Amino acid sequence: MEDIRIYYSRIKETKYLTMNRRDSIRSLFLGSMAGGLMLESCVSESKETLEQKLWEYQYGRTPEEQAYDEKLLGQQFFRSNEIEKIKRLANLILPPTEEKLGNLDFPPTAGGNIEEAKVPEFIEFMAKDIPSIQTQMRGGLMWLDIHTRKTYNKDFLDCSEDEQHQVLDQIAYPDPKASEQKMEVGFFTLMRNLVMTGYFTSEVGINELGYKGNQPNVWDGVPDEVLKAHGMSYDESWIPKFVDQSKRNDIAQWDEEGNLIS
Amino acid sequence: MQIIENQKQYDVVIVGSGAGGGMATKILANAGLKVAVVEAGPFFDPANPQQQTQLKWPYESPRRGAGTKRAFGEFDMAYGGWEIDGEPYIQIGNSKFDWFRSRMLGGRTNHWGRISLRFGPRDFKGKDRDGLGENWPIGYEDIRPYYDKVDKLIGVFGSKENLYNEPDGYFLPAPKPRLHELYYKKGAEKSGVKVIPSRLSILTKRISSDRGICFYCNQCSRSCSVYADFSAGSCLIFPAQKAGGQVDLYVNSMVREVEVNEEGKATGVLFINKEDRKEYRIKGKVVVLAASACSTARILLNSKSAQHPNGLGNSSNLVGKYLHDSTGSDRMAFVPELMNRKRYNEDGVGGMHLYSPWWLDNKKLDFPRGYHIEVWGGLGMPSYGTGFNPNDLNKYLGLKVGGYGNQLREDVKKFYGSVMGMSGRGESIAREDNYCEIDPTTLDEFGIPVLRFNYSWSDHERKQARHMHNTFEEIIENMGGVVLGNKPGADRDYGLLNPGRIIHEVGTTRMGSDPKQSVVNEFEQLHDAANVFIVDAGPFVSQADKNPTWTIMALSWRTSEFIIQELKKQNI
Repeated sequence: MEDIRIYYSRIKETKYLTMNRRDSIRSLFLGSMAGGLMLESCVSESKETLEQKLWEYQYGRTPEEQAYDEKLLGQQFFRSNEIEKIKRLANLILPPTEEKLGNLDFPPTAGGNIEEAKVPEFIEFMAKDIPSIQTQMRGGLMWLDIHTRKTYNKDFLDCSEDEQHQVLDQIAYPDPKASEQKMEVGFFTLMRNLVMTGYFTSEVGINELGYKGNQPNVWDGVPDEVLKAHGMSYDESWIPKFVDQSKRNDIAQWDEEGNLIS
Repeated sequence: MQIIENQKQYDVVIVGSGAGGGMATKILANAGLKVAVVEAGPFFDPANPQQQTQLKWPYESPRRGAGTKRAFGEFDMAYGGWEIDGEPYIQIGNSKFDWFRSRMLGGRTNHWGRISLRFGPRDFKGKDRDGLGENWPIGYEDIRPYYDKVDKLIGVFGSKENLYNEPDGYFLPAPKPRLHELYYKKGAEKSGVKVIPSRLSILTKRISSDRGICFYCNQCSRSCSVYADFSAGSCLIFPAQKAGGQVDLYVNSMVREVEVNEEGKATGVLFINKEDRKEYRIKGKVVVLAASACSTARILLNSKSAQHPNGLGNSSNLVGKYLHDSTGSDRMAFVPELMNRKRYNEDGVGGMHLYSPWWLDNKKLDFPRGYHIEVWGGLGMPSYGTGFNPNDLNKYLGLKVGGYGNQLREDVKKFYGSVMGMSGRGESIAREDNYCEIDPTTLDEFGIPVLRFNYSWSDHERKQARHMHNTFEEIIENMGGVVLGNKPGADRDYGLLNPGRIIHEVGTTRMGSDPKQSVVNEFEQLHDAANVFIVDAGPFVSQADKNPTWTIMALSWRTSEFIIQELKKQNI
């Protein structure tokens, strides 16, 4: 039931942020609340059913897209041993951190956890969504074992962390001068890209990155201290062109010359 | 197969519900006419939570926003794309025309960039300036009152600049620029490139009680659930219905042809209902085509009859000809001063807050016509792709690229918001030998013959793209940035994107006073059938370095008023 907690925290934030906003976004807020109510009503369902319903409701699919997603979600591409290797690699690429991350506007998260970011599930899905990467992924995972059996006489997952680092040291640095990279280097680059993007598009990853948007607000320019730090300012001659946010709710009216007078 | 007859007789049957069709619906229904709108895609309302993608997070989807199902990422509000299952199109020879279609109520207006530029006086008379292409039969003064009305009805922010060929309008106030945009302004102005606040149809101020005000989420491409951006459904069709207009929507209805009577006048349309795959007939006194430049050409060419053996409106043999898209090329820059940025909400409106209109005199240049520059970047919402090649930019700092471990987190955070880009969007020259036509060998899944394309760029466009990259590089250098990627050379057409990629395709049913040289007259009325009108971008004689939407709507409004008059006078 982890999903419930996560989704609830988001909805609460939206609520907080919309409370002191204008009527114009009330309908939006109601939209979010409807989501919250629906979540409450299906608490008794299994996690799988719930997850499906969340997707069904939350992200605006056409019926065809939804059917396609459900089909992919119902299939398993990677074998369990491959999934274990993906998890291990993901944790080597982005090890968990002890540091409390986050910022003032978001509750601090004990971020940095690949599992919390659902990176393995994401990679499993993408391998089905982009079939052209399947062979490279599967072959690369196989290469790891072939390599460690030769070098350490055991499978990659049975290697010590030091040994695993030694393997990565050989494949994690593409040769900047080479016109083409070795297969295992290309595989690792793909894996690293999927892990990094899976992490930084997750809730914990977005918090860690410090992205502050995707919420109703009123833009009134770059904060003064930021402008100052960059040696920038808004041209005096431009100031009258900008929106006066205190009058945004007044219905626009113009004189005959097209000058805004409200 | 039996055709299912609709007994209702409409005053007007409108094919397509985007900018042109939406505007015609609004004006004609407001005048009390009985209107049928026939749309090839499903019903769509951005306020419907079942369809809404606005304010969704990437992790609410299993693919985190990747573009595997929708061309601009899965939260983008265009049902369709450059490829649609079951609806192929064909290329002739080496032609590479990419045809974007959005199958839904409101069409491409649900996701477009909202860049709402008036064509200027020069844009209607290109041939007078350089002898290329053709002049429009109308000028800026003919269309100016309609631009004014569109501004007031729909809402567009901008600023009065008194630039001759970038006419001012009735603007809402502009949002303040973002940080990277100030860097761009600094660099561009140093190069003598004019920079002004952008002009987007997004409500920075209230315009009516029916529509919300922008709350700065940056997601106009997902279509606004409070109707604070312009989408044809939420701003034209729904208000027309709400005002008591007699508007019947036929959705998932793919029009195959316009039918005519013995005199060659249109009697209505035939369409395939995508759900039951049956054929339906709707009758109307007037048919307004607004299916998009290429789809409208396709319908006309597929409407063959004894009266119009070459296809409806095609006695000139020009339907499908003079197809042209904007030129386009893009470049990215890394700005070291934007590394390790302080975080704040920089979403802003769904698009750039400033841009550069065309600023040069062609007499000193080796290509005709101009382009404008769009700017992008900032502390945007992460999506699929964020974190790819996490530290490639280290090579500009003399640091190691690649690796693993927690250093990668720091790299991603360090570079977040330090990359920006510029896009040039310019005017190409319309040519008769760039065209679409019916492919005699291929049907779509609805049994309708499909289009094939023949399109090539000329040196006019290639040289323009070369100029774009020279300009981009100079601006990037002036703002203290590092140009990313190599300058595209002649082998890559100087970075010129494939035609169709900018999604400004126009010109397939061009306007003119000579029926031998054009398909419609200045009121977008077919020379060959007085009760058929075209209100999409097909009638554009030339593209200008402006986005076409505002002109589509101004012309559609003008045409709709003409239709009302002509019906009153019983001329059609």
